[in-house]
Amino acid sequence: MVLVLLLVIPFLVGIVSFLAKDAAKNVALFGSLISLALSIYVAAYCGTEQIAPVSYAWMPAIGAQFSLAADGMAAMLCLLTGVIFPVVLLINRHKEIPNPAAYYGLILLSQAGLMGVFLASDALLFYFFWELALIPVYFLCSTWGGERRIPVTFKFFVYTFVGSLMMLSALIYLSLQTNGVNAMSLENIMAAGKSLPAMQQHFIFWLLFVAFAIKMPIFPFHTWQPDAYEQAPTQITIILSALMVKMGVYAVMRWLIPVMPQAAQYWSELIMTLSIMGIVYASLIAMVQSNIKRLVAYSSIAHMGLMCAAAFSGTELSNHGLMVQMFNHGINITAMWVIVNMVENRYGTQDFKKMGGLASTAPGIAIALVIISFANIALPLTNGFIGEFMLFTGIFQSASQYHIVFMAVAALGIILGAVYTLSMVQKVAYGENNSGIATVAKMNAAELVAIIVLLAFIIGLGVFPQPLLDLVLVK
Amino acid sequence: MIQLAYLIPLFPLIGFLINGLGWKSMPKQAAGFLASLMMLVSFGLSLAIFFEVKAGAADTIIPLFDFIHSGKLLIPFAFKIDALSSLFLLIITGVGFLIHVYSTSYMHEDEGVVKYFAYLNLFVFSMLLLVMGSNYLIMFIGWEGVGLCSYLLIGFWFKNRDYTNAAKKAFVMNRIGDLGFLVGMMLVLYNFSTLNYNELFAQINTNQTVLSGSTYTWVAICFFIGAMGKSAQLPLYTWLPDAMAGPTPVSALIHAATMVTAGIYMIARSSVIYNQSEFALHFIAIVGLLTAILAATIAIKQYDIKKVLAYSTVSQLGFMFLAIGCGAYTTAVFHVMTHAFFKALLFLGSGSVIHAMGGEQDIRSMGGLGKKMRITQITFLIGCVAIAGIPPFAGFFSKDEILASAFAHSPILYVAALGAALMTAFYMFRLYFLTFSGKFRGTHEQEHHLHESPAAMTFPLIVLAILATVSGFVGLPEVFSEHHSLNEFLHTAVTNFGAHHMEHNTELMLMGLSVGLVSVMIGLAYARTKSPNFVANTGLAKVLENKWYVDEFYDAVVVNPLVQFSGFLDRIIERKGIDGGVNGVGKMVRWAADRMRLLQNGQVGAYLFTMVIGIVLIFVLGLFFVNF
Repeated sequence: MVLVLLLVIPFLVGIVSFLAKDAAKNVALFGSLISLALSIYVAAYCGTEQIAPVSYAWMPAIGAQFSLAADGMAAMLCLLTGVIFPVVLLINRHKEIPNPAAYYGLILLSQAGLMGVFLASDALLFYFFWELALIPVYFLCSTWGGERRIPVTFKFFVYTFVGSLMMLSALIYLSLQTNGVNAMSLENIMAAGKSLPAMQQHFIFWLLFVAFAIKMPIFPFHTWQPDAYEQAPTQITIILSALMVKMGVYAVMRWLIPVMPQAAQYWSELIMTLSIMGIVYASLIAMVQSNIKRLVAYSSIAHMGLMCAAAFSGTELSNHGLMVQMFNHGINITAMWVIVNMVENRYGTQDFKKMGGLASTAPGIAIALVIISFANIALPLTNGFIGEFMLFTGIFQSASQYHIVFMAVAALGIILGAVYTLSMVQKVAYGENNSGIATVAKMNAAELVAIIVLLAFIIGLGVFPQPLLDLVLVK
Repeated sequence: MIQLAYLIPLFPLIGFLINGLGWKSMPKQAAGFLASLMMLVSFGLSLAIFFEVKAGAADTIIPLFDFIHSGKLLIPFAFKIDALSSLFLLIITGVGFLIHVYSTSYMHEDEGVVKYFAYLNLFVFSMLLLVMGSNYLIMFIGWEGVGLCSYLLIGFWFKNRDYTNAAKKAFVMNRIGDLGFLVGMMLVLYNFSTLNYNELFAQINTNQTVLSGSTYTWVAICFFIGAMGKSAQLPLYTWLPDAMAGPTPVSALIHAATMVTAGIYMIARSSVIYNQSEFALHFIAIVGLLTAILAATIAIKQYDIKKVLAYSTVSQLGFMFLAIGCGAYTTAVFHVMTHAFFKALLFLGSGSVIHAMGGEQDIRSMGGLGKKMRITQITFLIGCVAIAGIPPFAGFFSKDEILASAFAHSPILYVAALGAALMTAFYMFRLYFLTFSGKFRGTHEQEHHLHESPAAMTFPLIVLAILATVSGFVGLPEVFSEHHSLNEFLHTAVTNFGAHHMEHNTELMLMGLSVGLVSVMIGLAYARTKSPNFVANTGLAKVLENKWYVDEFYDAVVVNPLVQFSGFLDRIIERKGIDGGVNGVGKMVRWAADRMRLLQNGQVGAYLFTMVIGIVLIFVLGLFFVNF
């Protein structure tokens, strides 16, 4: 029952927000806090009877059920969703935006969709929530985004919609292979996938993989992402980069590799090569960005490349590390965006060559920026390190004959990551103030709360990662 | 008592947390006092533990908690106390304490002093993790942690673009080395399924896991790449001279006495692995020797007092790696210890000079400072004598041991190393004479300001000078004593590769030779600096002054091409290629849709016409492909 509440509460609060007019931002924040409490409960009790799977008849004619279940990985992602939304709603509280009721309502609808994606154990339901999570984001980007929001959202929409259709057709095809009740359930889909003849398996595999690769995104399916991150309002960018990209990884882990293990094995070297090329490619491009949002966007592509390579390395260690890294990446990139949002609001630009001197004008923000940047480049004793270490070790131990090359090239990312991240820190925080803005405001209370929560995760999970490592393995 | 060793890093951590979290409200003096006090407590504990180990306490593992546990992979957060780590603990906390005390005076006027002491304590904490960890991952945590602190402290005066560039360069170059370390760890995990020293070395020693020699070579080389970065060896040394941008006590602590010797610690700790690969040892010997020579040649022509010392540090680290390459790990550790004392002394002495000169670092503007600052002069002289290798000062014994092990290996190594040692004597005394003797060459205002530094600064100088004088006696050569206390102390933790026993006569002759030549060098340095006249350098001297143009070479060969290539990827491949392709598809769809739209023209006749054509087509196709 709790699982249903996890969906229903953001959905209902979202509807209320639409009607709440000026109070919407407080209603939304309140609702997100309830979701947070529920997601903590789910994470704490997952694997016990309190968090039993639920299943209702939905569309029996086509074998679709309304069935939800939470294992450790799903509970972890719900917890991440639960943590990120209050943070999203805490920053920019002072900012006046047009039509706040719709804005906050859409944000919460998207949260409901996200929770559903992570909990669904029925293919059609999964697809339904996938779209429910995305559609509000299209509207949020195209209505409240930056100057180039319309073409950018159009590109984003086309990319992801093409992906969604490929996924839907693949899932329907799979469900048709099982002639029985509940054709759409994860179990039946898995059985269907394994029973397919090799050629069809490859075909279906690529339909699904491209859909998920667009979402993560994996080189060369990534070009919607820097534009979308740059043009979307930063709050929406957080939802996109911390949570929606995790939908892609999660889908690979739940709906692709277990469904078509042979095809996944067959194509693993190609996909690892693509992903690892993407790490170096995106890191190099990040080095020459001067727009802070694009820099973080390319940095994220590099991180996702590593995660995708690990997903296909087929070792237990990298799978385990991947689940941990999903959480930690979500926390770190959110923290990064929160800082980016602060400096963008204060300097009035995204070009970090026009910033500078933050360490003297607003030292608190600069300190947070430095800590988060080092978490972003996986310094030990920050949460970024644990996952990366496990991912690298896992890739190194993969059965591929190129495993050493994969690991070594992927690890070039840790050098390049240091280059672009520290260059950004230097331009934003150090040196003289180049912005022409005399007083840079210090952090306000809401921003401070958001940053402290995120820093607590960064340091806490960096020093004591074991609770998270244990959580994600719960069956 | 040993079980309480986890308290040693705890105190600096507490100091860091208090100063770090209270950076806004902490009074300046309290910050320095607190940080120094934490160091003193740690030093006391280290001392107690050191004597316990010396009295024969067994190796101890102190488990704290499971850091990462995933399937078969179990990495505990645990400390290991044995002879090697207890010696390093003593050096780190001891020299660390003195430098903290020095800093209370040196930095007291700086507005960021609370932050400074927070960083300094965090550095000591990381360094302690590095040497106390019971497995490579904990070492790696410390390893990257000291890199972070080094970054923060090099860029401490963050308004200066050059300083923050130096900080970034240091971190990135270290990261290149760290990649080697990481791959080394992966290789160890892959082949042995553990990163714990005890289990790993037991497996190797008892041949539980039989591996090909080349695997050991790869592991050894990968770890050494890590050491190249951290300990500033060719080709990754160029960050260390730039790191002099940080406050001088930082240069003394991090960039001379402790952090840069982490590479030596790592290899000494891994002696079991290195003993399996003679190739790796040869490689290390050559890299170390080349670094020692190259850095020494550069030091000869530097005019910045700290740059001379920085290149000297690079060169001395090269000597240590030469010793390692000759299989004499304990000799390298011996030199780490004596070097920590005399190089910290020299840096702190230079700090005292810079303090008196009001920030001036160019030795061309100094001269005759000895008259005004007697304590600094005498202690600095002791440092110079120690590093040059005059008996009975500390550097003589450790350097002599390195030269002897090189000689046992090959006379060519010996001659080359002796050459570097002679250059050391020359540039150090050139520095000494130009700074302290002769006439003052600076401005009148500077001359008026000259003064001896306060007690908080001279006290560490005096203590370090005493240590630089006497610490060599823990490692007397065989000729003089049957007991080499340091080797006897370390032998449980570190196994040297091959043992060299030299004829006593040969040894005495080599000693005599090096002392004689060093004296000649000192004389030469005196003669060359007696009436200095600084004309613009030409020819080789100019090349040396410009550090062999290595930085320019790296910029031209690595940095600039990489930036240009990245720009190409961004502008051409990303925007025109991939994104252009995607947008092209989008445009094509729109174009096609535009055309298709015209078909829906609202005229029923046209629709009917199309429909008829469609039906006919289906019919015709059906005729041809009956089985369709």
